[in-house]
Amino acid sequence: MPTVTMNVNGRQRSADIDPRTLLVQFLRENLRLTGTHVGCDTSQCGACVVHIDGEAVKACTTLALSCEGSNVLTIEGLANGNELHPMQEAFREHHGLQCGFCTPGMIMTAVDLVRRKGNNLDEKTIREELEGNLCRCTGYHNIVKAIAAGARNMSSMPQSKAAE
Amino acid sequence: MGATGIGAAIPRKEDHRFITGKGRYVDDINRPGQAYAYFLRSPHAHAKINRIDTSAAQNAPGVVEVYTGDDIAADKVGGLICGWLIHSKDGSPMNAGPHPALAQGKVRYVGDHVAVVIADTLAQARDAAEKIEVDYEVLPAVIDLANAQSGAQIHDVAPNNVVYDWHLGDKAATDKAFASAKHVTKLQLVNNRLVPNPMEPRAAVGEYEEGTDSLVLYTTSQNPHVARLVLSAFIGLAPEHKFRVIAPDVGGGFGSKIFIYAEETICVWAARKIRRPVKWNCDRTEAFLCDAHGRDHVTHAELATDAEGKITGLRVSTKANLGAYLSTFASSVPTYLYVPLLSGQYNIPAIYGEVMALYTNTAPVDAYRGAGRPEATFVIERIVEMAARELNMDPAEFRRKNFVTQFPHQTPVIMCYDTGDYDASLKKAQEIHDIAGFASRKAKSESQGKLRGLGYSAYIEACGIAPSAAVGSLGAGVGLWESAEVRVNPIGTVEILTGSHSHGQGHETTFAQLVSDRLGIPIDNVSIVHGDTDKVQMGMGTYGSRSGAVGMSAIFKALDKIEVKAKKVAAHVLEASEGDIEFKDGKFAVKGTDKNADWGTIALQAYIAHKFNGQELEPGLKESAFWDPTNFTFPAGVHICELEVDPATGSTTIEKWTAVDDFGNLINPMIVEGQVHGGIAQGVGQALLEGAIYNEDGQLITASFMDYCMPRAHDVPSYQVGMTTTPCPSNPLGIKGCGEAGAIASPPAVINALTNALGHENLQMPATPERVWKAAQGARLRMAAE
Repeated sequence: MPTVTMNVNGRQRSADIDPRTLLVQFLRENLRLTGTHVGCDTSQCGACVVHIDGEAVKACTTLALSCEGSNVLTIEGLANGNELHPMQEAFREHHGLQCGFCTPGMIMTAVDLVRRKGNNLDEKTIREELEGNLCRCTGYHNIVKAIAAGARNMSSMPQSKAAE
Repeated sequence: MGATGIGAAIPRKEDHRFITGKGRYVDDINRPGQAYAYFLRSPHAHAKINRIDTSAAQNAPGVVEVYTGDDIAADKVGGLICGWLIHSKDGSPMNAGPHPALAQGKVRYVGDHVAVVIADTLAQARDAAEKIEVDYEVLPAVIDLANAQSGAQIHDVAPNNVVYDWHLGDKAATDKAFASAKHVTKLQLVNNRLVPNPMEPRAAVGEYEEGTDSLVLYTTSQNPHVARLVLSAFIGLAPEHKFRVIAPDVGGGFGSKIFIYAEETICVWAARKIRRPVKWNCDRTEAFLCDAHGRDHVTHAELATDAEGKITGLRVSTKANLGAYLSTFASSVPTYLYVPLLSGQYNIPAIYGEVMALYTNTAPVDAYRGAGRPEATFVIERIVEMAARELNMDPAEFRRKNFVTQFPHQTPVIMCYDTGDYDASLKKAQEIHDIAGFASRKAKSESQGKLRGLGYSAYIEACGIAPSAAVGSLGAGVGLWESAEVRVNPIGTVEILTGSHSHGQGHETTFAQLVSDRLGIPIDNVSIVHGDTDKVQMGMGTYGSRSGAVGMSAIFKALDKIEVKAKKVAAHVLEASEGDIEFKDGKFAVKGTDKNADWGTIALQAYIAHKFNGQELEPGLKESAFWDPTNFTFPAGVHICELEVDPATGSTTIEKWTAVDDFGNLINPMIVEGQVHGGIAQGVGQALLEGAIYNEDGQLITASFMDYCMPRAHDVPSYQVGMTTTPCPSNPLGIKGCGEAGAIASPPAVINALTNALGHENLQMPATPERVWKAAQGARLRMAAE
């Protein structure tokens, strides 16, 4: 079995894996980082979104081997120690989650959205950009509010952290 | 404690683990030495199984065992059950065909369970399943409700594929109302089949503990105690005292995780056989194929009105598709959860409903968010809207004229509405929505070549389900009370053990708010324990918006007992008579004096038991209660949908949504509003986007998120949510329940708005762009001519 090595949440991680192992399986089963979820297997629901080298990617359709040498950030690595990321805090504050299953993917997508579109996001932009993330609980109303607020609050973050 | 008590819109306690990726769902649980189960499923909708050859699969790499229906038969594993007995018009009991966890001799829908492969890894199990040879003799498939009675017989016990032919109401009185009606409105409708699709797919881990000869099942369940009861008492896997069922964090349910399915049955049964934990995780296509679906009715309805525009009668005839087998509560959904709600918010003197439930070669159909009540609301709110249009009356005024205004109100179909103020909700919704401005908004749309429509839905639902004796008399196999235990620790922190189960509803917060309010302690000093049959003695679980009205009432009742006991302790500590002890804001005080003791002091004294005689007053502070409701609760409200249709493309855009609901008293308005938002989106999904479609061979052609259109963020608007309040008189907190309202109210609001925009009534759900475009062509021609 080939060996894959990547940096996950700031730590070098390595494992011998079946070549067909998906990134989400590597994260969940080899590293026991179970915050990244599998909701559909067809790249539709976005529960598995993580960042690879700073960009949002669906881990359910990414081969782990293709991430050799990459920097991967998952929901577990988003907070700064005990200090929540502003987007995490905004989801809590605005009730942007109910069952919590889609939430890690939503938050990782939202952080990437701010990187691409800036801190002032209007409702239409947020709704269109959530095309790849499904939520069955919230009706999206509070997710949209949370992302708008989280985006604003991210403007006061140090540049290096916000870019992650 | 106002800041965190009843009525406070505080953020949720449980959120921290979910936003940091530390939730613990079933698929996150791995047990030492676990093997993986993969189910071989039927590719045919209806076929005889002549032979299954598993030998090649047995010898494949990593395979531990392969089991088929013969193996569960040999072990006398009982079939899956339907827990609600319905009797047909002629008094005969429903025709319930056997429902084995692995098929025995026949498969009845695509996805039916043929065999299970258990291997060291999931990939090995999946690979080995491809080596199983099954000799199928394909039979004609029965898919359509219209042809189900004349199609091939699916179960030996059910001639013409009839599960039951049931009715409710006074037929003669209703026919009489129609005979003397001034006007009769007729409606033919389809309530489309839906797939619940909670974002977390189902999963199970079964484990056998050899030392104690006991079973453990981790499962994605809304009601772990009911799962244990069924798996134990009916399926016969182990007695309840040797069987622990754990439902940890569960990622949404919407009804689909109430039921006891084949997969968890097999996992826990097989774990004992192979002496290893067995894990199964559903992929999304399996969820589409095998999770119980919702709705799927074809209905003909007629509404009689008199010369004054008063409703005098309602006659409804429905065919309900129950799929290939009767799921756990399937039989109750199109009967007692449906026809008793047909009266809506209206004073209708005569109602008659008849329901023919049929088997087809499709996935089982059972409760999905609202369960029967959305189907009833769609009938009554569509036909009331149509009647108003036919009578040239304003739809809101027609509703107002027929609203129930005196309470209690006994309908002709079982329900006794206890309280409500339907006009208050209608008025408030109209104000918030700016109904007066609709005409100018419509004119503006038309100037841009768009059609604008407005639709009302004045829904009522029955929640809390329900008084145990009452549901028992209607055929329920269980009681529908709830239990609670309050454990006060010696330092005054509190654990609440509840039979309710949270899978997104926020019980860890709202239940703690109740305790905080009542005992005067911070919510962080309260923890909620649920979802584990070894911790919580018994419970009926969460569905039917019952956790507030029933679950919290049980906690309230247990807290009453805690207060009584704590006062006895306080009387000894403060050296006063029990009758002089007052408890308020977390303090016990002696009436008329400045003597007092705080909550923590009394909790500690209850346990150290130095200040009283332990023979006369038991040490400790722990109480439990069961709450059996005295009535259903009746949340009601008005939703208004305003939308715009582009007749050139058939696309529909919801421009404005107003919801005004009366849920009685609210514990946490933020959470309540969140429930409304989510419900509306599911209802909009049903109205515009979603539909499970089988082709004529019984293949589900909408079996992934690429084919089944789930509502996405850009499909729905932001919602304007308001409340009115008439406290529920049948429980101590005055709660009615809010979980299903949005999904119940919204489909007719959307279709009423669409038909208003289009100018005719012929439009079925889901109103896809194709259907809307076709329906819009008449209006388009009219606009072009003007």
